[in-house]
Amino acid sequence: MELAERLLKGDKRACARLISLVENEDKEAVDILKKLYKHTGNAHIIGITGPPGGGKSTLTDKLAKMLRKEGKKIGIIAVDPTSPFTGGSILGDRVRMSDLTTDPGVFIRSMGTRGHLGGLSKGTQSAIKVLDIYGADYIFVETVGVGQSEVDIVKTADTVVMVMVPGLGDDIQAIKAGVMEIGDIFVVNKSDLEGADRTALEIEMMLDFKKHNGWRPPVIKASATEKTGIDNIIEKIKNHKNHMVKTGQFHIRREENIKLEILNLVKEKLMTMIAKKSNDSNEIDSLYKDVLEKRLDPYTARDKIIDLVKK
Amino acid sequence: MSEKPIRVLVAKPGLDGHDRGAKVIARALRDAGMEVIYTGLRQTPEQIAAAAIQEDVDVVAMSILSGAHNHLFPKVVKLLKDQNADDILIIGGGVIPEDDIPGLKEAGIAEIFTPGTSTTEVIEYIENSVKKSS
Ligand code: B12
Ligand SMILES: Nc1nc2c(ncn2[C@@H]2O[C@H](COP(=O)(O)OP(=O)(O)OP(=O)(O)O)[C@@H](O)[C@H]2O)c(=O)[nH]1
Ligand SMILES: [Mg+2]
Repeated sequence: MELAERLLKGDKRACARLISLVENEDKEAVDILKKLYKHTGNAHIIGITGPPGGGKSTLTDKLAKMLRKEGKKIGIIAVDPTSPFTGGSILGDRVRMSDLTTDPGVFIRSMGTRGHLGGLSKGTQSAIKVLDIYGADYIFVETVGVGQSEVDIVKTADTVVMVMVPGLGDDIQAIKAGVMEIGDIFVVNKSDLEGADRTALEIEMMLDFKKHNGWRPPVIKASATEKTGIDNIIEKIKNHKNHMVKTGQFHIRREENIKLEILNLVKEKLMTMIAKKSNDSNEIDSLYKDVLEKRLDPYTARDKIIDLVKK
Repeated sequence: MSEKPIRVLVAKPGLDGHDRGAKVIARALRDAGMEVIYTGLRQTPEQIAAAAIQEDVDVVAMSILSGAHNHLFPKVVKLLKDQNADDILIIGGGVIPEDDIPGLKEAGIAEIFTPGTSTTEVIEYIENSVKKSS
């Protein structure tokens, strides 16, 4: 139980080790999380998402620095894709956050997606819990570049910051379906470059088409490298949480996210149980064959598999 | 199914701007199935040690071509030791004269790889050493 105590005391090494253990689905680590779960829930979880190269890491660096001036403790999780062919990855987000590395109030962790689709890794949610217990006031989660299916972040974060850049033009059209739904705050980063006003306007126009539940996402022009607009983003992040708490939506969103998380855990567990069953005997495998050769239909096979696992 | 990948911090200490070697190594290790955390250029020993701890890496791999290795490499070893993280394997590479290598090993650098090293050699070395220690 030594690790658990050290984590509660805010020990960086313990925090780092626990994240590895939960990422590797270590049983002992899960037991620790079970014990310490009641210590979670204090951190404001902020998703940072948007197209590749849009400046997510650079912006996160600047946001974290500003919050550090208020004395807040910061956790950062940066997710990059794992190669589906080799299982390896190069996690390069730290390059943009070098100055934060030695700040005692900041903990940065890079994670590979390890085969998980949806913009985060399977271990991300557990890693967030570890950082929450560790005592972070704010946890930033940088996703891999956003596409159509990568909406994990809404199911994980309290506030989603969508980072866009000038001149996306047609790209905005292409990705808007998924993207417009998930941003609570829109940032047009790289506003030092040409075309920021137009992009901001385009985003505003698309937001006009949407129904809003009391919170109309603000669109903020910023430049992470020139450090402009950063204070405005921080203010909107705080406003968003205040608004959510005041209207009761914060609670509703967390409850919905918890529900999804638990259902996912159940799904994963079921799949492991099925895999184990099919390792132990060939009952399940023979069902596949039965369906292939039309002795059985997929729906009956499903019911039979569920019966087998229940036994 | 979920075999745990080896995690490696690839870092460039000091003011040296030669980053080709570090990038070649980073890519080779990725292609060998490792999770490589790349820190970028101009890292202080303090930054490298702090990143190694937060990332909970198995290996710290540093590259220097500028000649500052005798000063910077041992400093990282010491910082990690001070934080009870001396279980991390530390290796180095770059333009490093033969004569300096024994001293660096004495100081706690497990192995040094000089120009012309094949990346397969580096991969095998890491795989064997990490397996032994875990
Ligand atoms: C290309 C090069 C440059 C490029 C760098 C481009 C870049 N972005 O990397 C440019 C033109 C910018 C450059 C500039 C300078 N350079 Co220069 N450069 C070279 C050169 C010709 C090749 C280096 C290279 O890229 N090799 C290819 C890579 C793949 O090989 P590598 O880095 O050696 O890596 C291999 C191994 O060493 C090993 N390895 C390396 N690191 C690591 C790390 C780990 C963990 C492991 C396991 C293995 C490993 O594995 C790799 C694969 O085999 C060397 C001479 C030489 N032959 O080495 C001089 C050299 C390194 N440069 C030198 C100098 C002096 C300079 C300058 C100071 C020149 C000047 N007066 O302006 C500047 C300084 C730049 C700076 N900011 O630091 C000297 C250094 C002298 C010294 N050490 O005492 C060298 C040795 C030339 C010489 N003989 O004088 N340089
Ligand atoms: N001109 C300009 N460049 C910026 C700005 N913010 C970031 N950049 C540059 O954009 C490039 C990508 O920045 P990152 O912060 O790595 O972007 P990212 O979205 O995290 O990238 P991935 O994680 O690879 O998807 C870097 O070269 C940054 O220096 C900005 O406000 N203005
Ligand atoms: Mg990034």
